[in-house]
Amino acid sequence: MKRRNFLATLGAACVAGCNRVADSQPGQALLGAAEKWHESAHRLLTDRTALAPEYPRSAISPYFRGNGSTDPQTGGYPAHAEEGFANWRLTVGGLVETPLSLSMENIRRLPQRTQITRHDCVEGWSAIGEWTGPQLSLLLDAAGLREEARFIVFRCADNLNGQDYYESVDLIDAYHPQTIVAHRLNGEPLPIRNGAPLRMRIERQLGYKHAKYLTGIEAVASLDDIGLGKGGYWEDRAGYQWYAGI
Amino acid sequence: MKRHALSTRLWHWLNLLCVVVLFMSGLTISNAHRRLYWGDWGFAPEQAWLAVPRFPDWMTIPGYYSLAVARDWHILMAWPYALGLLFMWVAMLANRHFVRDIATRRSEWRPAAIWRDVRAHLRLEFDHGAGKYNFLQKLAYGLVLGVFLPMMVLTGIAISPGMEPTFGWLVEAMGGRQSARSLHFIFAFALAGFFVVHVLLVLLSGPIGQMRAMISGGSQA
Repeated sequence: MKRRNFLATLGAACVAGCNRVADSQPGQALLGAAEKWHESAHRLLTDRTALAPEYPRSAISPYFRGNGSTDPQTGGYPAHAEEGFANWRLTVGGLVETPLSLSMENIRRLPQRTQITRHDCVEGWSAIGEWTGPQLSLLLDAAGLREEARFIVFRCADNLNGQDYYESVDLIDAYHPQTIVAHRLNGEPLPIRNGAPLRMRIERQLGYKHAKYLTGIEAVASLDDIGLGKGGYWEDRAGYQWYAGI
Repeated sequence: MKRHALSTRLWHWLNLLCVVVLFMSGLTISNAHRRLYWGDWGFAPEQAWLAVPRFPDWMTIPGYYSLAVARDWHILMAWPYALGLLFMWVAMLANRHFVRDIATRRSEWRPAAIWRDVRAHLRLEFDHGAGKYNFLQKLAYGLVLGVFLPMMVLTGIAISPGMEPTFGWLVEAMGGRQSARSLHFIFAFALAGFFVVHVLLVLLSGPIGQMRAMISGGSQA
């Protein structure tokens, strides 16, 4: 018992020290900077078009876990679900020459990419699925990105704990060949649990970047005025890092 | 002549700090999803090979459940940990600490010799020539420096989705991302086991002299 108390005291001292550092201004800056070093190291070591691994059909998980929002009840979502998303629209706007509003039919008629990839949740689990949809680069080129655009923001129909879900990526990941707007999972229309009718696939980053229930794609110059300014729902709410490649 | 080189002492304490923060923040990360799997994928109880207990808050950084804060610490301390390990390897190859003190000779692998060392340890006899390591020490330090510590870096890289396009071979060599995550966990607890035995043996073998040697270098008697 004594040894446990001793260990607990040492542990508590370590925790207190760490929390003091984390609460201080320089500590915050250091923790944020470390993430940037990893991002720079990743960008340095990996070609901007290098692909995440793709798997054979036999590797697909028996079902695909969904978490976060799994059945949105806000806005017009339930009505859209009722009519099989026949009237769902995806807008492409912000800093573009020609804003677009696409129907599901428009999206299905574009050239498609199908990829069997692994989805890694920040919590630690992984699932493998086959995704189909047009490359995001196709939509961005059709709308014509303006020169000031630096980030692509994904707007979503789900509202979690009072805030609309959103995410963002830089132009490297936006133009990555495996970054697709998926409308099919394992050959079927996307289930509601996994983001019906449209979700992003950002294959070199963790699951929270893969925005579900996608309604809009927006090109912006800065993330400061979007949401609470950190570039995504979980980044704003829980302090997850914006770069989710680790 | 010092018992421990300056490079060894600097690295030892830096590494202790890194390992403690990495381990405690790692326990929070484990609490985020308390199952381990083999292979590329896994998310449900029926796929798991181990259901991990929830680690109590006093063992974790930040002392309450926050995956984001724990990840921040883990990701920060990974840098001094990995670069420090690289530094230690360069230093101990350059100053011949590895070849002179840690590398074993074939004669030491004879069962009779190993058995003699085990019995000496059990009798708590630690007097085996000043500044010289016996076989079990060499084996332990060799394993920790050569396998356990580097494997934490390699399995860590293999878990990172942003590294995979470049280090896919590493993930494959480990049998998939979830296998790499399991190995990360196993080697972390192997290190924790070493830590406990290491501290225990320091306490049993004259802790004041041992601490002095690892801080100021001490002198070779």
